[in-house]
Amino acid sequence: MREIQLDTIRDAVAKLCIDANCLLGDDVVRALKNGLATEESPAGKDILNQLLENEQIARKEMMPICQDTGWAVVWVEMGSGVRVQGGELYDAIQQGVAKGYKDGFLRKSIVEDPLRRKNTGTNTPAIIYTDIVPGDGLKITVQPKGGGSENMSEVKMLSASDGADGIAKFVLDRVWRSQANPCPPIIAGIGIGGTFEKCAMLAKHSLLREIGSVHPDPFYAEMEQSLLERINRLGIGPQGLGGRVTALAVFIEAFPCHIATMPCAVNINCHAARHQSVTL
Amino acid sequence: MAKKITAPLTAETVKDLRAGDSVLISGTIYTGRDLAHKRLTDALKAGEKLPFDLAGAVIYYVGPSPAKPGQVIGSAGPTTSYRMDAYSPMLMEKGLRGMIGKGNRTQPVLDAMKQRGAVYFAAVGGAAALIARTIKAAKVIAYDDLGPEAVRELKVEDFPAIVINDTYGGDLYVAGVAKYKKD
Ligand code: SF4
Repeated sequence: MREIQLDTIRDAVAKLCIDANCLLGDDVVRALKNGLATEESPAGKDILNQLLENEQIARKEMMPICQDTGWAVVWVEMGSGVRVQGGELYDAIQQGVAKGYKDGFLRKSIVEDPLRRKNTGTNTPAIIYTDIVPGDGLKITVQPKGGGSENMSEVKMLSASDGADGIAKFVLDRVWRSQANPCPPIIAGIGIGGTFEKCAMLAKHSLLREIGSVHPDPFYAEMEQSLLERINRLGIGPQGLGGRVTALAVFIEAFPCHIATMPCAVNINCHAARHQSVTL
Repeated sequence: MAKKITAPLTAETVKDLRAGDSVLISGTIYTGRDLAHKRLTDALKAGEKLPFDLAGAVIYYVGPSPAKPGQVIGSAGPTTSYRMDAYSPMLMEKGLRGMIGKGNRTQPVLDAMKQRGAVYFAAVGGAAALIARTIKAAKVIAYDDLGPEAVRELKVEDFPAIVINDTYGGDLYVAGVAKYKKD
């Protein structure tokens, strides 16, 4: 059994929260720059430039890219040969999130009850998804998820007979109805298959993929490409002011399905597609 | 060229603005988002005095991140506006002339804007560190217990925004998207 100290995990999570919120990924920066070449609207170009300038300021001053520093969604891949010393894994993660949001001057956006809405003041609880995997490593990914784009997300129980066309229709309709709300350019994460909740998790997980990476299954690679083109024909454009660059990427994750169902989830992310990982 | 305007807004300033105009706002604006709007309108219904004067006021829908030592404010980009739609008409009735946020408004808000002479501006969502540079002073003036949702008075200089809805029914979101839509 390999032992990892609680403090080590806590401090690593705190750093991931800060880095994810202040340092935008190279893939997003590249995608925004590529967008400058395809955007036809002058206002749209101007916005893409502002987002790039914003990224530079955030990086230099280590301040958040966006004031909505999000839900801390934490993905854990824990080797079956690992044990946490000095406490429980989940305590280590929750303490790390609270520390990161405090030390990094990140906004605390979580209320303790959906109806009574009192801020917890620590940005905890984090949402934690754990996978037990072979080996003695511990991989942790922090994915701060903003509320504005989360609100534009949806799960739908489609029928198998709806097929790929039904999925495309649902995705395009969801993006169309979102308009300026999720701060386009967006990234659309799509989960297909599994159960009702599983497909939503697939959609969220798909948002961790690198922009520009190609889906390993050519069937879905083509579907992603076609959806991206169709979304960018909608004309919503940067910030919904009209233009070509509505989405930077479409990511699909598919999973086995029950013979009677075909759930589909669309999780919308903004350009602040934040995530950082570490392997301890 | 961006139009330079001063907040609080006069009726003349508002009349001069058209959907699509870029503006640089200087002067005093107030922050308020979901819970602050609920409290402000509850106070109005109860006949209580508001923490700031609504006449000509501009409310910026933002919950900033905390200021680091030496900073005036943390990152401070707009939040999505439709969540304030249930409250905005009542505030406009009492003098509110400008709202800054992002995303489409619903019909009752658009109607109230025309009727009361108010405008809706968008700031660039996600450009929060860049926008913070135009905020020169910030202080909490009400509802401190709401944390990021407290009402703050902001002194801004050349705060960049775009007129989405003017008082004549112009709507940049609708017109802009129609221009680029292909299907
Ligand atoms: S949708 Fe994204 S960029 Fe827009 S305010 Fe929310 S977190 Fe920030």
